[in-house]
Amino acid sequence: MNVTALPEQYESPRRNKIHPLKFALWVGCASLAMMFGGFTSAYVVRQAAGNWLEFQMPSIFLVSTATIILSSITLQLSYYHFRRQNTKPYRMLLVATFVLGVLFLALQYMGWLELTARGVELRRNPAGDFVYLISGVHAAHVLGGLAVLAVALIHAFRLKKFTPRRKLRLELTLTYWHFVDLLWVYLVVFYWLQNR
Amino acid sequence: MATTVVTQPAGKEAYNTDELIEKYGFDDHFHEHHHGDKFQSNFITKYIFSQDHKMIAKQFLITGMFWALIGAGMSIIFRLQLGFPEESLAWLKPLLGKWIEVNPDTGVGTLSQDFYYALVTMHGTIIVFFVLTAGLSGTFSNLLIPLQVGARDMASPFMNMLSYWFFFLASVVMFLSLFVSTGPFAGGWTAYPPLSALPQASDGSGVGMDLWLVSLVFFVVSVALGGINYVTTVLNLRTKGMSLWRMPLTVWAFFITAIIALLSFPVLVSGFFLLMFDRMLGTSFYLNEIYIGGQALDHVGGSPILYQHLFWFLGHPEVYIIILPAMGLVSEVLSVHTRKPIFGYKAMVYSMLAIAFLSFIVWAHHMFMAGVNPFISNFFVVFTLIIAVPSAVKVFNWIATIYKGNVRYNSASLFAIGFVSLFISGGLTGIFLGNSTIDIPMHDTYFVVAHFHIVMGVAAFFGMFAGIYNWFPKMYGRFMNETLGKIHFWGTLIGAYAIFWPMHYLGIAGVPRRYYRFDNFDAFSYFPEMNQFITIAAIVVFFLQVLFVINFFYSIWYGEKVTERNPWKANTIEWTTPIHAGHGNWPGKLPTVQRWAYDYSKNGVDYVPQVVPLGEGEEDMGRH
Ligand code: HEM
Ligand SMILES: [Cu+2]
Repeated sequence: MNVTALPEQYESPRRNKIHPLKFALWVGCASLAMMFGGFTSAYVVRQAAGNWLEFQMPSIFLVSTATIILSSITLQLSYYHFRRQNTKPYRMLLVATFVLGVLFLALQYMGWLELTARGVELRRNPAGDFVYLISGVHAAHVLGGLAVLAVALIHAFRLKKFTPRRKLRLELTLTYWHFVDLLWVYLVVFYWLQNR
Repeated sequence: MATTVVTQPAGKEAYNTDELIEKYGFDDHFHEHHHGDKFQSNFITKYIFSQDHKMIAKQFLITGMFWALIGAGMSIIFRLQLGFPEESLAWLKPLLGKWIEVNPDTGVGTLSQDFYYALVTMHGTIIVFFVLTAGLSGTFSNLLIPLQVGARDMASPFMNMLSYWFFFLASVVMFLSLFVSTGPFAGGWTAYPPLSALPQASDGSGVGMDLWLVSLVFFVVSVALGGINYVTTVLNLRTKGMSLWRMPLTVWAFFITAIIALLSFPVLVSGFFLLMFDRMLGTSFYLNEIYIGGQALDHVGGSPILYQHLFWFLGHPEVYIIILPAMGLVSEVLSVHTRKPIFGYKAMVYSMLAIAFLSFIVWAHHMFMAGVNPFISNFFVVFTLIIAVPSAVKVFNWIATIYKGNVRYNSASLFAIGFVSLFISGGLTGIFLGNSTIDIPMHDTYFVVAHFHIVMGVAAFFGMFAGIYNWFPKMYGRFMNETLGKIHFWGTLIGAYAIFWPMHYLGIAGVPRRYYRFDNFDAFSYFPEMNQFITIAAIVVFFLQVLFVINFFYSIWYGEKVTERNPWKANTIEWTTPIHAGHGNWPGKLPTVQRWAYDYSKNGVDYVPQVVPLGEGEEDMGRH
């Protein structure tokens, strides 16, 4: 996102409580949430139609869930130190978040392998296909999150001054990352509720 | 009731809005920060990769017009086939190449059947998405939201620029699909599986469908980027005094439209993801026990109905994404050109909100024949019929606005009045179709074609024309030619009814839509004259649209120049900007809004712009 084109150079007449770009990101997240709402509704409808393979979710997904939750915590802490301008913990925690994010993707991949190994390979039954599809599209969103985190890392190690614009950028990154985290938690809980 | 101190000064520039803005406006120090104009410094950043919402609006409009001509041209070709199935189309060979099959003995050229379906499909896709969504909402949300809420630009001008360029990309991909050797996708604009899910199902189901999907995914990205901006700008960047209840109905309409789009298009994408998996990875979300050439495919357990649910969860809101902006434009244009406040302003807003909400819970009325549970159908019947209530409220309010108004019959207001007529005619047939018992025989007949073309197709075009004629002076600093505009209006109004009215009868007689020819079916072969009549009317209407396009481009360069800022004497604040507004819209301070947008003929004063302070004891119509 090109932050130089922000209208923040001039004052807003309304003294907003929330920065327009942050608000825009929230709106975007709501929109993405609808897409996953679409997936999970399709899941419910299709499941109700029968011819449905019952299987256990790969246990690795629990590890990956813990990983992504942890990454949200480290990012939040990193932001905490950013605001206090404690450069070192801010940088380290940011690196930790990035590593955890990469780890999450690796764990997802292992989860798919485990599913396949258990005989729930792609094309076997929509029940399994849904898991691949939904977790795959989610992983793509995490990948996008990693890209913004990478930018945040470059900033963390290159830039010296703590400007409001840098803060805004980090806050946007934070919001998006929490969003993909929450999304995954929703998906896991959804799966659990549907397959109790 | 109120003793007003507001008097309208005589003279040419009736109100000195500059002075009012200087006196009451809000100084945001915009121009101190923008030395020169870094956004528009050269040709490329000004005309091509522009971040100025006014230029992006023009880009959407002109791209939309390009598509409108192609989409309409396609309909002429398939109408020729339907009206004159025996005539030779060999003269179209230079344009359509192999899609016209010329009999070597007789020299008679016939339209290939596959290409007929491709034309119908592309016509629908192009008009629904590229013209009436991007070309309408993209144009006017971009042009009017910042100008009418008093913002320098969109919340993120950069994302706004991307929004256009994703639309452009979608356009390029769709355009290319017209030229692949197997033809573009040909399974209907709704792209139901299995035709859309099995690449081997028909000629267009292969590469054509791949490109269709890619194009539409780009398109959804464009809609999302635009929509995020529209919502954020309305909620965050309104100028001082612009409370929600002081916003013009145009802005309300664009705002609600953007919310609907942001909530419904992503669901279409999720449906597309399942489709892509079926196409490319061989999964069976939508496919079940299909035989091709007597050979069973190994797809089992899928459900094509699932796709219909996901598609129409977008598809129905989509029709309101198309019509709401038109409704907003019409409300504003009617109020300005009848010199009357819009009747029932708040009722207009609440009915738009009600329509928006209801539009999400009626989608299965497109599926009454698809084998959904009849008990569930009843639920959808009830909510579908309830939509008629807010729709009727709006119609009533428009008529009440026109009633006893001091109407200026110019192209803009005529098209707005025409919109109301069309919306009534098409809305009534919707109520027929909303009853599942009536829909079961009517479904997939020309009755449905007539319904949605009148209520959505033509009506939305009318709203768009009203908007173009009305805001052309703001866009280009010139007027469009009025005589040509009136010819355009009367010809199109009469022509459109001539095309679609007879289709109701065809539909009631059971003539199905999407058939290549009718003369070899005993049941449907009785109406050749009616089909010829429709085709001739369609050709006439097509040439009237060409006339409009000529008028449009001619007027950009040679139209009568706008000499005063506010040629229509309108209240909304876009008319307080200079005739050729630069980036940032207002040269100095931002205007402070003092009243709602509809103080027309109030207390004997013809109009009172929104920047004029309330008089002592004057009633504030925009209070909460
Ligand atoms: C009083 C309000 C309305 C009602 C009750 C209504 C009802 C219906 C029903 C039941 C159908 C399905 C017919 C069938 O396929 O058998 C239908 C089709 C359609 N309606 Fe409406 N409608 C209304 C207003 C509108 C409006 C305002 C628009 C657009 C602006 C619209 C656009 C469409 C479209 C595009 C289709 C056909 C899509 C297709 O099958 O290709 N309708 N309508
Ligand atoms: Cu509908």
